[in-house]
Amino acid sequence: MSVLPYLVAAWVFLAGCYGLAASRNLIHAVGCLSVCQAATYVLLLAVGYRDDATAPVYSDIEPGSRPVVDPVVQALALTDVVVGATVTALLLALVVQISKRHGTVDPDELSELRG
Amino acid sequence: MNRRFRLWLVAVGSAGLAALLVAACLELPDFGGAWHPYGDRAVRASLDRHTANTVASVNFDQRAFDTLGEMTILFAAVLGCVVLLRQTRDEHRARPEPADVEPPVRRYALIVLPVALLTGLYVIAHGQLSPGGGFQGGVVAATALHLLYLGADYRALERIRPVGLYEVGDAAAACAYLVLGLAGVLAGTAFLANTLLPYGTFNTLSSGGTVPLLNAAIGMEVACAVVVLLARFLDQAVEIEEESRA
Amino acid sequence: MHHLLPLLVAVPLLGAGLLVAVGRALPRVAADTVGCAVSAGTAALVIVLLLNSSPPRTEWVGGWTPVDGRSVGIVLVGDGPGLGMAALASLLTLAALTYSWRYFEEPPRRHAGSYPALMLVFQAGMCGFAITGDLFNAFVFFELMSVVAYALTGYRVEEAKAVQGALTFGVVNSLGAYAMLMGIALLYARTGELTMSLIGRGLDAHGGPDALVLASFVLVLTGLLVKAAAVPFHFWLPDAHAVAPTPVCMLLSGVMVELGVYGAWRVYGTVFSGPGGVPAADLERMLVVLGALTAAVGAVMCWYQRHIKRLLAYSTVAHIGLFLIGIGVLTPQADDGIALYILGHAGVKAALFACTGILLDRYGSVDEHVLHGRARRQRAVAVMFVVGGLGLAGLPPFAGALGKSVAEEAAGGPLAVLYVIASAMTAGAVLRVAARVFLGLGPPPPDAGEYETTGSGEEPETRGRLGFVPDTMTAVPALLLAGALAAGVAPGFGETVARAVNEAGSGGAVVPVHWTPYGILLGLVSTAVAVGLAALAVTRPRLLAAPDWALPLRRLQSGHVGDYVAWLLVGATLLGALALPGVLGT
Repeated sequence: MSVLPYLVAAWVFLAGCYGLAASRNLIHAVGCLSVCQAATYVLLLAVGYRDDATAPVYSDIEPGSRPVVDPVVQALALTDVVVGATVTALLLALVVQISKRHGTVDPDELSELRG
Repeated sequence: MNRRFRLWLVAVGSAGLAALLVAACLELPDFGGAWHPYGDRAVRASLDRHTANTVASVNFDQRAFDTLGEMTILFAAVLGCVVLLRQTRDEHRARPEPADVEPPVRRYALIVLPVALLTGLYVIAHGQLSPGGGFQGGVVAATALHLLYLGADYRALERIRPVGLYEVGDAAAACAYLVLGLAGVLAGTAFLANTLLPYGTFNTLSSGGTVPLLNAAIGMEVACAVVVLLARFLDQAVEIEEESRA
Repeated sequence: MHHLLPLLVAVPLLGAGLLVAVGRALPRVAADTVGCAVSAGTAALVIVLLLNSSPPRTEWVGGWTPVDGRSVGIVLVGDGPGLGMAALASLLTLAALTYSWRYFEEPPRRHAGSYPALMLVFQAGMCGFAITGDLFNAFVFFELMSVVAYALTGYRVEEAKAVQGALTFGVVNSLGAYAMLMGIALLYARTGELTMSLIGRGLDAHGGPDALVLASFVLVLTGLLVKAAAVPFHFWLPDAHAVAPTPVCMLLSGVMVELGVYGAWRVYGTVFSGPGGVPAADLERMLVVLGALTAAVGAVMCWYQRHIKRLLAYSTVAHIGLFLIGIGVLTPQADDGIALYILGHAGVKAALFACTGILLDRYGSVDEHVLHGRARRQRAVAVMFVVGGLGLAGLPPFAGALGKSVAEEAAGGPLAVLYVIASAMTAGAVLRVAARVFLGLGPPPPDAGEYETTGSGEEPETRGRLGFVPDTMTAVPALLLAGALAAGVAPGFGETVARAVNEAGSGGAVVPVHWTPYGILLGLVSTAVAVGLAALAVTRPRLLAAPDWALPLRRLQSGHVGDYVAWLLVGATLLGALALPGVLGT
């Protein structure tokens, strides 16, 4: 049981990769990329978890009275979320332009660059 | 390369990577273990500087340089979207038509708008005390404005949302974060050093030294950035039309 | 002095912020001037820091100096290699901004500052990545430079190819970055640290390498090698470089891709080189095999391109392979050679892209076949293109040739032959283009069939086709070539670079870095082979046209993002398999 959360992260990452490779729609592909990124959230938060601990916020608990989970991974996950959201926005902007210039968002039909 | 071959490649690659990841997971410390050296140090450092929300202390004090990079990524993405979603030579702008909105939707949106906006500002302001902060509050505040689009129409949104002003706000907030960081260098300590202001009383709004200021700068940056980002995408959906190719 | 290290990131960002804040009121010229000035100021700061970087100093951002050897902050490392890469990035950004001064395509209406601002953010991202000593911070700056690069690559949104190339670039690089973050999380779980040197010590304290070390190494290296465009992670690079605006290509090919190699060198040296990390023999196997594959694929594909920017992009892939071999053999001498090679390559490659940009803006095409004999009157550009080609081949006394000869001697034997052949092939392709386009030599070459990307039908990057070539556009490649040449002939420059690299990497080992008869001979041989290949290709086009066995290789470059992701997974598995023996053995 004690490795299950880590295995979930690995599973989510690979599922996202499969989706990316098999995608027939670029919007779906960008979504799959976010799935891969979700794996990193899961892994980071799982790494920082501590049994019976609460949130690392001391506005309503006395310092030292209870164990808290690792605040560092939470900060890293927050950074990661922002990075993911902005990358998604930028990639979707590119997909908007692809659909205008190519008239399709199916990666199988984009054949401008090859060889 | 055909689809079959690609899926074969994926199968081989995934199998290898999966084996590697599973083997690694089995070697990881047990889930929920008590050994978190960096986390423990971060909590102590946060309490030393009177910041009740240790995550805010990590983000805006201990690892504020990461947050600088993170903010810049957002700033760059906004800049990138402004460039990528510009009106090109073969496109023109069409005035969006006023739209009818169902009265219940309109009522609900207009009631919730101020509440959501206030919530966003509250979350930003209390970033150093309670869960949340500039990033989270900024997104809430920015999306709150867009309730006007759902409740009224695009023109109403445009009236309260001069995009140019928000772009300037985005850049100004990013500059404010940098200037706060440079103040440390000028004062002879270090970039982004939280040593200039008193740490204040624990668990009050003014505690944590420069943490509330950096947090506020981020709040403003994120709110403005999200507004501009959404504006660019809405422009594409509502206003910009391709010239007919006839 | 080292307190100023964070300013390498802060100053260009402040410039970008100001450009966006007041950009609406700013005329084009003012925005471009501010961009150049800020970029130049940062470059000057890096160089001052670089001159004061011996002995290397570290700076804890926010004043979080360690207590009992542990800190909660982020460390920046001001050593020779890091600051050297930052200096290279800054100088190339300045060159690219100067190159695009006033003539680059009209920015979006009322956003005169957006293009220079993006370039400044790019510069900040690259400088930050080069100097950081914290693994998560490295991820942040890795993403920062990637995000800006996606936006800049897709800058010409009216071009169908540009947006497709930019999306491919974005998806593959982001996936690589997330793989890297997975690896960082695994390392954090094991060691509880994020500072690279402390992670290394934590791994050593834990004992010999196990599956976790292997997996984290593979994941982190996957991210860095995607950026470095090593085979089989390289597919995005030709697609992105062929479509990005020319000034952006100069940065992508000249320094961003090399930062991936630098990152791999830095991460291995600081995190995984101890007894708890990955054994040296495994790293050597991994990088030499991958490097040799990369050099071979890059060189072959480069030869068969007709789209000139794509040809140069494959030449970058081939050289990346040579760099990877160099850092893979793990000798101080090879490290020094690669450092010089990267500097020389950056100048030459950026100059070649700059020349190609002139062709695009003047003639509206970057296709070798379409341009056949059309650029006869561009004498200055022709000379620079040929000189660039010779520099790429490793003609002494270019800095790249010096670096290459040092690395060849360190690698020795069959690997030295690979260095000669790969550089000769890519340089031969460049010289072939020069002979056809600028001199109109030989018969018009035959088409290779439909499975290729042509360079015709491209829009110029300027407001219209240029009637004359502005001085800034010719001065920049000339200066870049002069720089690459000067770095090779300046007495003591090689020694200085070697000392700085060894001080940071191999504990101050002193190795001689200078021209040797053997090195000069190899340089002359590869130049001769390059000229010979070019001459043969021009006079007998059919003899060296793509044979049938090259077609499957070309088909792999399908432009399909799903294929590239599949290759990325295969590549990660390959990395794991190559490093497996040593981990099993302990």
